[in-house]
Amino acid sequence: MHSYFWLLIGRWEATEVDEAALGDSAADKLGVRASDTFVLTPTPQPKDDFQEELVIRPLHSGDIYASFQFRTLWETDFMRENKVSHYRLFPKSLGQVISKFSVRELHISFTQGYWRTMQWGQPFLPSPPGAELWVWFQDSVTDVDAAWKELTNVLSGIFCASLNFIDSTNTVQPSASFKPLGIVNETDHRFLRYATLPREIVCTENLTPWKKLLPCGSKAGLAVLLKSEKLFHSSFFSQTVHIRPVCQDRECKTTSWELRQTLNVVFDLHTSGQGKREWSLFKMFSRTLTEACPLASSSKIYIDVTDNPQEEYFELSPATPLLSQAVVLGDRRTFSVYDLTQQVTFGTVRSLNLLIRWKSTEGDMLRPLLHAERYVAGYGLQTGEIHTVMYNNHPFRSFPVLLLDSVPWYLRLYIHTLTVTSKGKDNTPSYIHYQPSKDRMRPHLLEMLVQLPPHSVTEVTVQFERALLKWTEYTPDPNHGFYVGSSVISALVPSSVAMDTNITQEQPLFSSFFPCKEESSYFVRVYTEPLLVNLPTPDFSMPYNVICLTCTVVAVGYGSLYNLLTRSFQIEEPNPRLAKKIANFIRRIRGVPLLS
Amino acid sequence: MLAAIIMLIFICFCVHFQNTAGQFFSSGHTNNWAVLVCTSRFWFNYRHVANTLSVYRSVKRLGIPDSHIVLMLADDMACNHRNPKPATVFSHRNMELNVYGDDVEVDYRGYEVTVENFLRVLTGRLPPSTPRSKRLLSDDRSNILIYLTGHGGNGFLKFQDSEEISNVELADAFEQMWQKRRYNELLFIIDTCQGASMYERFYSPNIMALASSQVGEDSLSHQPDLAIGVHLMDRYTFYLLEFLEDIHPASKSNMNDLFKVCPKSQCVSTPGHRTDLFLRDPGSVLITDFFGSVRKVEITMEQPYLLKVQEKTYSYVDQLPVSEIIHQKPKQKDWHPPDGFILGLWTLILLVFFKTYGIKHLKHIF
Repeated sequence: MHSYFWLLIGRWEATEVDEAALGDSAADKLGVRASDTFVLTPTPQPKDDFQEELVIRPLHSGDIYASFQFRTLWETDFMRENKVSHYRLFPKSLGQVISKFSVRELHISFTQGYWRTMQWGQPFLPSPPGAELWVWFQDSVTDVDAAWKELTNVLSGIFCASLNFIDSTNTVQPSASFKPLGIVNETDHRFLRYATLPREIVCTENLTPWKKLLPCGSKAGLAVLLKSEKLFHSSFFSQTVHIRPVCQDRECKTTSWELRQTLNVVFDLHTSGQGKREWSLFKMFSRTLTEACPLASSSKIYIDVTDNPQEEYFELSPATPLLSQAVVLGDRRTFSVYDLTQQVTFGTVRSLNLLIRWKSTEGDMLRPLLHAERYVAGYGLQTGEIHTVMYNNHPFRSFPVLLLDSVPWYLRLYIHTLTVTSKGKDNTPSYIHYQPSKDRMRPHLLEMLVQLPPHSVTEVTVQFERALLKWTEYTPDPNHGFYVGSSVISALVPSSVAMDTNITQEQPLFSSFFPCKEESSYFVRVYTEPLLVNLPTPDFSMPYNVICLTCTVVAVGYGSLYNLLTRSFQIEEPNPRLAKKIANFIRRIRGVPLLS
Repeated sequence: MLAAIIMLIFICFCVHFQNTAGQFFSSGHTNNWAVLVCTSRFWFNYRHVANTLSVYRSVKRLGIPDSHIVLMLADDMACNHRNPKPATVFSHRNMELNVYGDDVEVDYRGYEVTVENFLRVLTGRLPPSTPRSKRLLSDDRSNILIYLTGHGGNGFLKFQDSEEISNVELADAFEQMWQKRRYNELLFIIDTCQGASMYERFYSPNIMALASSQVGEDSLSHQPDLAIGVHLMDRYTFYLLEFLEDIHPASKSNMNDLFKVCPKSQCVSTPGHRTDLFLRDPGSVLITDFFGSVRKVEITMEQPYLLKVQEKTYSYVDQLPVSEIIHQKPKQKDWHPPDGFILGLWTLILLVFFKTYGIKHLKHIF
C-alpha cells in the first residue's frame, strides 16, 4: 500500500510502508517491540567524547589571534573486519575514508595568508599557505600511490577543494620529516605521502563542509562564532583536520582515534578593528555565545593574560575567577578561563561577550627562537637562485633543524651549487637526502639536517634554471606565475621551562598536540613563504596565426595552380544587344549579310 | 437528498484530488538536477560568477539539495584579494543581496572548469575516483536545468580565456545524454553575447532552451557598484533573479511567464527561446518542474545493529630523532629490471668483444 505525505515546503513521496507498522500507535513505532525479528545486543557502545575550546591571545602589534579546537575521541577500531556502522559524534564521511583507504594518520590544512612569526610569535598549530595534505597509510596497504590518488579525489569532494590536482608531480615521500604524530609500531617512510597546493584558495565553500563535520554543526557551542564574512576578512585564516590514533590513558594499553578540527584566525587591528585597540567577541565574530554544545564534555575559552598580571596593559571583562597555567611552546603561560558548561558564565543576560580593552601600548613580545624566510634572487627568465634563511635567536644554545624542500620539476635545481653557510662559514649538514626530479613525473626533494649555531643566521642557497613547458601545460593565466610550495623546517627548540611529557593528563587542547618525549625541548614546525616564479610564457595566439597563414598560402598557391592546370577555356558567342537583334532581324528579311 | 449532496461533494473532492494527483504525475520526472557553470576568470568578470550564484541561490531555495547541484565556478570572486567585502558576492547595487551566502558548495572551481570536465559531467564519463558531489547522477526520469554564462560568440562559448565549446559539441553532448537516457526533460539557459546561436544546433528531443540575446546582439551588464568597482550582474540574469524571487515551491507559474522575462525595453538585447524539440506544451510546464525539486522519502522501521569491540603497550614516536636520521640505513630501493638502454649497451659491448676476439672465448665466460 502506498501512502503519500504532502508538505507545503516540498513535494515528498514515501515508498511502501508496512501495514502492520501503520496500524500501530505512534509510540510503538519508535519503541522496540519484543516481536521484532532483530535483536539488540546488550553491549556498551564505544565511548566517544567531544571537547571544544577557544584560545584568544592578544598580540603585541594590536592584532588578536583566536584559535578554535574541536576534538572528538572515539574508542573504536576502523581496521577490523566488520565495518563500523554506528556513528555518533565522529563524522561518518571521515570514518569511511579512514577504513576504506587504511589510513593511519591524516593531516589536511587549508590556509589563506601567511603567518608572520616575527610579529605574531609562534602559532599553536602551524600551516603553510594554500592546501597541505600528508597521510600515513597502514602497513597493510600494498599500492600506496593508488590509495593516495583515490584519497585525494575523495577528500576534494568532501572539502569542495581542487585537491584532485595533487598527483605525482607535486607529491613527495619525505625520508625523515613528518614522523607520525600518533601511536605507531614502526615508521617506514614508504607509507608516507606529502603534498601541498600553494595556489589553493580557501573560501566559504571549504568552511561549510568543515563546519558540517562538527557534532553540533554551527548551531550550538563555539562554532556559532564561525561566520565566514568576518573570518575571511582577516590577515590569516587556517582550518585543519587532524586524525590520528592516541593513547587512551597513561599506561597506553589501548588506543582510540582522535579527530581534531582546528581553526586559527588573526584579526587585523586596522581592517577588522577599525584602529581601536579594543576587541570583543562581537567585534571579532559578529556573534556572542549563548550556550555550550550539549554534546561536549568540556567547552572552555582561554584568554592569554601572561603579559598582564596586574591588569596594567589591558582589562578583561566580564571578570572570571578561574585561572589556569599551561606550558605551551616552551613557555609557561597564564590563562583566564571561561567555562561555558557552567550557567553562571553567561550571567543574567544569558550571553557571553568577552571584552578586552587596552590601557597602554607598552610591553615587549617574547621573540620566537626559530624563524625562517625564503626568497628568489636573480634576474631574467632563465636562471635564478633560491635562498632560505633560518634565524636562531637563542643566545647560547644550538639546535638541529630538518629542512624539507619540494621544488617542482620545471625549476631545474643545480645541486652542485648548494651551499649552507652560518655566520659566514660553511656549515655541512649531517644528513642530506636528495631525490632528483623527473620531468613531468616527480618534483625535487631535498631534506637536510642542519645544526644552527646559537644566535646566528644560516643561509641555504641553490641555483636553478627554468624549463620550457609545453603549450598545453600552461594554466589559463600563466602570467600570474607559478608557485613553489613552502619549505618545512622541523626543529626541537630548547625550552626555558620544563615541558610536560605525559600527554594524557587533563591539558588544554592547544598544548597537547605535539607529543613530547623530553622535558628540555619542544617540537616546532615552521613554514616559509611560498615562492612565485615567472616562467617564460609563449604567445598563445601563434597556433591560430600559423594555421591561418599556412591555410591561406596553401589555398592561394595550390589553388591557383590547380585551376590553371585543370580549367579548360571555351570561346563563347556573346549575346547581341537588342538594337543589333532588331537590325539583324530586318536584314534577314531583306536577305542581306548579318552584322557581327 | 442530503446523502446525494454529500455524495456529490465527495465525488467532486475525489475528482479534484485526482486532478492534483494527476498534475503531480503529468510531468513524469522523479528527481531534479542542476548544472550551473560560470566560465569566466579574472576580477572584471565578477558579474558572471554573480549570475551563476544567483541562479544557484534560487534553485536551492526552491528545493534542490546541494547533492543534486553541480556548481562550476571558474574563478573565486568572494575571497579574491580585490574584493572589499570578503566572502560575499553581491547581485544588487548597494550590497543588498549577498548571493554567496553562508552555505555554498562549489564542486568544480578554478582550473577544473574546462570544456573537457563540463562534457564529462554531462555525459557521465568521469574517472572512477571522482567523488559523488562532482558527478551528475541523473537517470531517465530526471529533469535537468543547465545554466551557462560567460563570454560567447556566434556558435561558441569561451571557457577561461583559453578554450571554447562550440554549439555542435554541446548538441552532440545532449544527444549522448539522450541516447544514454540521462534526462527526462532538459531546460537550457544561456546568458552570453549571441546566446541564441548556442541552441541552434540541438536535435535531441525534450530540450527547451532560453538565451539572453539573438545572433548578432550582445548581452549587456546591468549596473556597476562603485564600492566594489565592477559590474555586478548581467541584465538578463538580473531580471531572471527578480522573477524567480517571486516563485515559491508551490507556485503554478509556467514557462510562458519565463519567456516573458526581460523584454527588449529592459534587456536591450532580445531574449530568445526554442521549444520545438519539447514534447509538452510550454504553457503546461511549471517553473518548479526545473527550478524546484521532487524528493523521495523512504521511511524505514528497522533498527541498526550495534556490535562490540577488543594487549600491548604503545608509545609515541620521537619527532626529531637526530642520531637515527644521521645513521639512517640506505632505503630499500625497489628492484627494477634493467631498461632498454642498459640492455642495448651490454649487448653492444658483448657483440664487439666476440667479434674482435672470436666466439671461442665464450666458454671462458659461461
